[in-house]
Amino acid sequence: MLERPIASVRTIGHQSIDSILRLGYAARFITLTLLHSGMSFRRLRLTIRELYFTGVLSLIIILVSGLFVGMVLGFQGFHTLQTYGSESALGVLVALSLVRELGPVVSALLFASRAGSAMTAEIGLMKATEQLSAMEMMAVDPIARVVAPRFWAGFISMPLLAAMFSAMGVFGGYLVGVVLIGVDEGSFWSQMQSAVDFREDILNGVIKSIVFGFAVTWIALFEGYDAPPTAEGVSGATTRTVVTSSLVILGLDFVLTSFMFRGV
Amino acid sequence: MERSTLDLWVGLFVCAGIGALLILALKVGNMSGFSATDTYTIYAQFDNIGGLKPRAPIKSAGVVVGRVADIAFDNNKFLARVTMSIDKHYKFPKDTTASVLTSGLLGEQYIGLIGGGDTANLGPGDTVKLTQSAVVLENLISQFLYSKAAEGDTKK
Repeated sequence: MLERPIASVRTIGHQSIDSILRLGYAARFITLTLLHSGMSFRRLRLTIRELYFTGVLSLIIILVSGLFVGMVLGFQGFHTLQTYGSESALGVLVALSLVRELGPVVSALLFASRAGSAMTAEIGLMKATEQLSAMEMMAVDPIARVVAPRFWAGFISMPLLAAMFSAMGVFGGYLVGVVLIGVDEGSFWSQMQSAVDFREDILNGVIKSIVFGFAVTWIALFEGYDAPPTAEGVSGATTRTVVTSSLVILGLDFVLTSFMFRGV
Repeated sequence: MERSTLDLWVGLFVCAGIGALLILALKVGNMSGFSATDTYTIYAQFDNIGGLKPRAPIKSAGVVVGRVADIAFDNNKFLARVTMSIDKHYKFPKDTTASVLTSGLLGEQYIGLIGGGDTANLGPGDTVKLTQSAVVLENLISQFLYSKAAEGDTKK
């Protein structure tokens, strides 16, 4: 009679132990990657190649989404601010929301789905086709040769992409606010400049995007490295990369924002 | 892909990223501002500072001359003690008046400095003697109501 409850409790226990084990593997994996990352700087070509794939090829999606997010913010912000007769604060609204929140978060979400999933699939397939084992046979450390350059490429390109996203978004807000609707250009820029602080707003946004870049590349690489070496396993790992890193980005964003939030 | 084109693209990418960051810093934010090196500190005590916050601007004739560094409560005099960092280029006479003002109807609050006629200037660590508190809307309304009521009494 007690068989079924006990079995379900056992399942919960099994799953918790499993997830803790995976967390431990992930921590060991990132430590190994950091320890073996000497090669990605000594042979910079490896990292530059990965920078091309994760950074340059993500440019289109980042720039276009930045522009459109900025333009939509311009319309929506104008619509709301108009009610209070303070349309000239449109620049402040667009710049602050982009630099502080939307820039780092949205570009990290896009980065996770564009570059993170590609990383996972690539490494997962390398594992499935036993390329990683072949490297080990040739006394080449796959972590140093394959994983670390990808990690550093993602870590470097994420803040750059977030900055470009924010700059593009401000330009989009300018296009809609000033060029299309006709908010005064002088007050648009000057109010923005007096309200946006370099240390408080821009630097905090950069810190956020660095943390997100670390988290996304870590998750993507670990999921790929840990994927079961089958077609199904690789596809599952790719899905998990996108889902987990999106959730982690949102959770980390909340934590970071609450740390950076200076109360009234 | 050829090696040189790859390098070119990555170089462009990194430059564009750093350029975007620079644009954000210079065009969107105010990178300048007052650093701690070229300022001097003066103090002022107010009965009421209203909604004044640290880092609020200090203006004289509408020009930003410094920032509020710190706001503390003096437990002996029951006054607000405001620490102000003023740019070294600007000197103010000893009988300067400091008042808490509001930019616009609902704007942020700042400190306005109005110079007097004294020949000696305020030095680092000096305290502004003449201060004017923030206008509290409730006090203003109650004063208005009292004066109206007083008018009504005299007419009778």
